Amino acid sequence: MLSLIVNRILWAIPTLIFVSFISFVIIQLPPGDYVTAYVAQLRHSGEYITELQEAAMRQEFGLNDPLLVQYWRWISAIVMHGDFGRSLEWNMDVKDMIWDRLGLTLAISTLSMIFTWIIAIPIGVYSATRQYSFFDYIFTVFGFIGKGIPEFMLALILMWLGYAYFNMDVGGLFSRQYETAPWSWGKFVDLLEHLWVPIVVLAFGSTAGLIRVMRANMLDELGKPYVETAYAQGFTERTVVWRYPVRIALNPFISTVGWALPALFSGDIIAAVVLNLPTTGPLLLKALQMQDMYLAGSFILILSVFTVIGTVLSDILLAVSDPRIRMA
Amino acid sequence: MTQTNNPLPPERLLQLDDVNVHFPMREGLVKAVNGVSYHINRGEVLGIVGESGSGKSVTARSIMRLQPKQALDAGGSIRFRRKSGEEVLISSEDRQSRTMRDLRGNEIGMIFQEPMTALSPVHTIGTQIMRTVMLHRNVSKADARARAIELLTKVQMPRPNDIVDRYPHHLSGGMRQRAMIALALACDPTLLIADEPTTALDVTTEAQILHLLKSLQQELGMAIVFITHNFGVVADIADRVAVMYLGRVVETGTVDEIFYEPKHPYTQALLRSIPKLGGQKARRLKTISGTVPDPFNVPPGCSFHPRCMRAVGGICNVTTPPEVRFPNGQISRCHFAEEFRSEAAE
Repeated sequence: MLSLIVNRILWAIPTLIFVSFISFVIIQLPPGDYVTAYVAQLRHSGEYITELQEAAMRQEFGLNDPLLVQYWRWISAIVMHGDFGRSLEWNMDVKDMIWDRLGLTLAISTLSMIFTWIIAIPIGVYSATRQYSFFDYIFTVFGFIGKGIPEFMLALILMWLGYAYFNMDVGGLFSRQYETAPWSWGKFVDLLEHLWVPIVVLAFGSTAGLIRVMRANMLDELGKPYVETAYAQGFTERTVVWRYPVRIALNPFISTVGWALPALFSGDIIAAVVLNLPTTGPLLLKALQMQDMYLAGSFILILSVFTVIGTVLSDILLAVSDPRIRMA
Repeated sequence: MTQTNNPLPPERLLQLDDVNVHFPMREGLVKAVNGVSYHINRGEVLGIVGESGSGKSVTARSIMRLQPKQALDAGGSIRFRRKSGEEVLISSEDRQSRTMRDLRGNEIGMIFQEPMTALSPVHTIGTQIMRTVMLHRNVSKADARARAIELLTKVQMPRPNDIVDRYPHHLSGGMRQRAMIALALACDPTLLIADEPTTALDVTTEAQILHLLKSLQQELGMAIVFITHNFGVVADIADRVAVMYLGRVVETGTVDEIFYEPKHPYTQALLRSIPKLGGQKARRLKTISGTVPDPFNVPPGCSFHPRCMRAVGGICNVTTPPEVRFPNGQISRCHFAEEFRSEAAE
């Protein structure tokens, strides 16, 4: 067990190095660079920039250095000083822009994931143990509708309902007066009042999907002989179902729980834009559009690091849950 | 069904009378178990032989009330004598009734065909046995663990103190089946249902497991319903044998009666199709012609008649044969069972 954990963590290190390099290269891939985009924008608004000024800007930002040099400058600052560079677009330190949003993103994604699991797992188990019953069909219909409705659409509907009928201040995570205020009890309560809409929106689709997956996994497991063995011991149906097949049907979720982190970090950009959430998604989108390389690079790096860490966590959790994994 | 009202004879542990289990399918009704009657006395081993699909497993699951959920109970009675001596009419119990849950694992143990998958892969052998012990007996965790080790020792598991903390995937097929037997014996059942317990094992392991079951049966005095499709295994372990074909018991008798004086053409044909050591080398083995009929179109009359060498038109394909009882207790469901008496020495 311990050797498995150490092994996984050691393997994560070269993966992280490789991934950080790849994220830097990806940022550099599109034709042109930040200066190209910036100059184009200035020209668009009528200002005139000479070739010389353009070249000087490139020099200043260090964009003319070889790729490896730029990468080394970037990554060593991050590792040594936690300095993610400056956002060229916002003219701010990237680290000041990211951490606030990162906290909120983590809060929202964790809550919506917990919400999803609490609802989806019992329903999935119910649907499987009462296959083709009335409620199974109801949940199936809900599942397909939930999978089918795009999140931004659901967000719009909820916002409209909230605004038109409940006279609520929807969109965003804070009321106007708290938006820039420092953290206080009032701000926290205000956050909770706004938080339910994004959580419902984000949890809705994944709940629907998870119900289907849980149902399918359970149906696979319920037919296996060890379930019959458990019944033959005299346990009640509830004990049998929750002690045996559910344990095993959860494995695919445990092995992907690590991915939930990066998925919620970047996957719900559209919903976040519609809901005007101060999370990381919309900022990443903007940074990519502007070729704001240090900001975008930092995002992609953090995303990748989360993916790697999440996978390691998943592996360890899975080994805890399923003894067969520990063999390998 | 007048039999149902009579109390069970004192030595009787389990009695099935005219049990029917049907499966409604899209293609029609499948009568998987079509009027099965057999009984088993205390401490006796009853072998149930039949091809795949003959209804032997479904009948066994009816005894546990663990038949597939879409199965219909279409009549008949299953009666069981509890340890306390009182009779319980299992066939009228609900799948999840308290009585059934109390019987399962406690008074009736069951072993399954697939030792590789019949144990939970994510719990240790010890945990699985302890849970059963603690469910039925009011004992502490430490006592349950001691009981688990005792049981593993009893089934001749090597290194029981070590194996108790192992997971099924650490064990070989034969060891898993031993663990499975230990689990089934956790609460000293009076009846053990073994559903093809050696079919998935290699011949050497099979012999060991059979030997173990026989010695445990003698030591603990429990009765065993031993389901198999292998006549050799039956000869090895059973006291009495019931031969099943298409949801019916076609013949019942002691092992010797079944092997030396079979009174049903199906049993006779099965026995002729077994290769014998020291037989005439040039002779070809006799096989049963045709195949098992489609369960949706069971032949009328005697369901074996299309494949039977002795079938007589106008009788066998019209009327279902009654049970013919012989003075020695042998029962055959054949119109001509009486005639075989003279030819028995064949």
